[in-house]
Amino acid sequence: MNYQPAADTDAPKNGSSDLSLEISGITKSYGGKYPALKGVSLQAHDKEFLALLGPSGSGKTTLLRVLAGLEQPDAGEVRFGGEDFLSLPVRRRRVGMVFQHYALFRHMTVAQNIAFGLTVRPRSERPSKSEIADRVADLLSLVQLEDLGKRYPAQLSGGQRQRVALARALAIEPRMLLLDEPFGALDAQVRRELRRWLRDLHDRAGVTTVFVTHDQEEALDLADRVAIMKDGQLIQLGTPNEVYENPADPFVYDFLGAACRLPGTVDGGRLTVADWESKAPKGAQQGPVEVFFRPDEVVFGPLDGAGLGADVRAVAQRGPDVRIECVIEGRVFELEAHGPTLPSGVAPGLSLRVKPLRPRVYPLQPA
Amino acid sequence: MTAAADVPVKATRLPGMAVALVLASAVVMAVLVLLPLFIVFHDAFAKGVQAYAAAIREPDALAAIRLTLLVAAIAVPLNAVFGVAAAWCIAKFEFRGKSVLLTLIDLPFSISPVVSGLVWVLLFGAQGWFGTWLIDHDIKIIFATTGLVLATILVTFPFVARELIPLMQDQGADEEAAALTLGAGGFTTFWKITIPNIKWALLYGVLLCNARAMGEFGAVSVVSGHIRGQTTTLPLHVEVLYNDYDFVGAFAAASLLASLGLVTLVLKTALEWRHSGELSAGRRH
Repeated sequence: MNYQPAADTDAPKNGSSDLSLEISGITKSYGGKYPALKGVSLQAHDKEFLALLGPSGSGKTTLLRVLAGLEQPDAGEVRFGGEDFLSLPVRRRRVGMVFQHYALFRHMTVAQNIAFGLTVRPRSERPSKSEIADRVADLLSLVQLEDLGKRYPAQLSGGQRQRVALARALAIEPRMLLLDEPFGALDAQVRRELRRWLRDLHDRAGVTTVFVTHDQEEALDLADRVAIMKDGQLIQLGTPNEVYENPADPFVYDFLGAACRLPGTVDGGRLTVADWESKAPKGAQQGPVEVFFRPDEVVFGPLDGAGLGADVRAVAQRGPDVRIECVIEGRVFELEAHGPTLPSGVAPGLSLRVKPLRPRVYPLQPA
Repeated sequence: MTAAADVPVKATRLPGMAVALVLASAVVMAVLVLLPLFIVFHDAFAKGVQAYAAAIREPDALAAIRLTLLVAAIAVPLNAVFGVAAAWCIAKFEFRGKSVLLTLIDLPFSISPVVSGLVWVLLFGAQGWFGTWLIDHDIKIIFATTGLVLATILVTFPFVARELIPLMQDQGADEEAAALTLGAGGFTTFWKITIPNIKWALLYGVLLCNARAMGEFGAVSVVSGHIRGQTTTLPLHVEVLYNDYDFVGAFAAASLLASLGLVTLVLKTALEWRHSGELSAGRRH
């Protein structure tokens, strides 16, 4: 478990702080018609764990494949550790890539899969057979699959395959680790276990890691910073906390969690939403706005208090949480409350007031 | 109550139907397949083993066997290479005209083999497009081995490609991409990843291709010219002898082709039985 990929590489060990990833103006379209990336620029620090988060079709996987060298962008630049990365062919980039469906070599055993990157090296750089065997054994124990070296991929569970794919990628002592939906094909239980384990592995291996996901919870939980993408563009880049607390636009707000939205107006520092008036959030634009709030960031109060008038339609207890379905301004909302914040007497058929704790306002989007 | 009583009656009746159907198909099989096969061997040995052996050792017969093997030995490897290349292009890359290429690969299946032979005559025959030029340069294609090989290649082109395309499409290009990121070159990736993944399907395609190459009659008949001992392959040899009322000779040669068919069938079944997963495209690991 004392695995240190950078220890015996020929990469310069000192000055590793410039080993950062700079992506600038990457543009890529398929067949000249379907734009996949429209001028994406972002940087990753050395040893950073960066998540590319976005819905399907946002271009995140294409960007990852550009980094791996499996796609050539139409325009733009990628520098890694100061080096022009795009001019390097795939095999010289030394990136460890874990594919969404793992892409294990089905006709090779687990051990042969892991050893592949070492056995295909030119004779002069190739470790001896016993060295390779030792490395494979180390990696197998790193991914906790010591006894499965002789198995074939088809004989493994999804979680085991994922770990083999990771061990295979780590075997080449990668300078950068790229993970495409690493947990996409796993069930929820395995996914949560592997998530922590992967983060731990990243911290120990000390390799810059970029991973693609469409699962906001995964990105927020795992990454140092999250890059949120949409329609081939980078919408926002920041730490999980930054993006969650200050979503750049309605899309990001919506994508990072459940959202309730209502039209409102900002006028002279006051925000008016239906029959509720409050202080406008800092920096809010004047005029008609869209108001967003999280369904669990609300306070319920009696009708004579402040807040949005709401008619409760249904209340359902789900463990420690309560779901309150209510109608505000003619729209149905599913609000959430935790036991203590729920005023006694909330029941279907009653009217009360709902006060969003941290409303966010965005300029009204042209429809 | 009546409904409940109906069920067992139906249940007993169904196997009866099934047995009848199985019997019927067995009879059809026997009449259409086994009987002709039996007749081939029966007539081949009608005048005894000596006559059979003599018919096969006859110089024209030996020449036909040699020519058949030669044509297959050239056509099958070429089609294996073409097939792998075509399947590789179609399965692993996106390009314009892909569907046109797919249709072209299927073309030999949909046109009559006679036409596949005739196109070569129209191109390289004495009256063909390049006929005069070829005569001027003393190059013989039609009524020569080259023509036989060309006709055979055209007719048997789809076998390998057709077998590989669905499999390779299903496998996708991820394993190759993975090999590249791990530092393998294109050549290494092809030999260590692509070929091992398709080897059984490739063998299967080659087997079918070979059976057809050796058994092809229509296309080679057009370009052969039926020069005994020179341009007659085994199937043509059978026809020539049969037309000469040399039934033992014809059926002796036919028995060789039938044996080839049986061997192919056994190998094919063995492949399907042992490696069905790697032949069909349905498997995902």
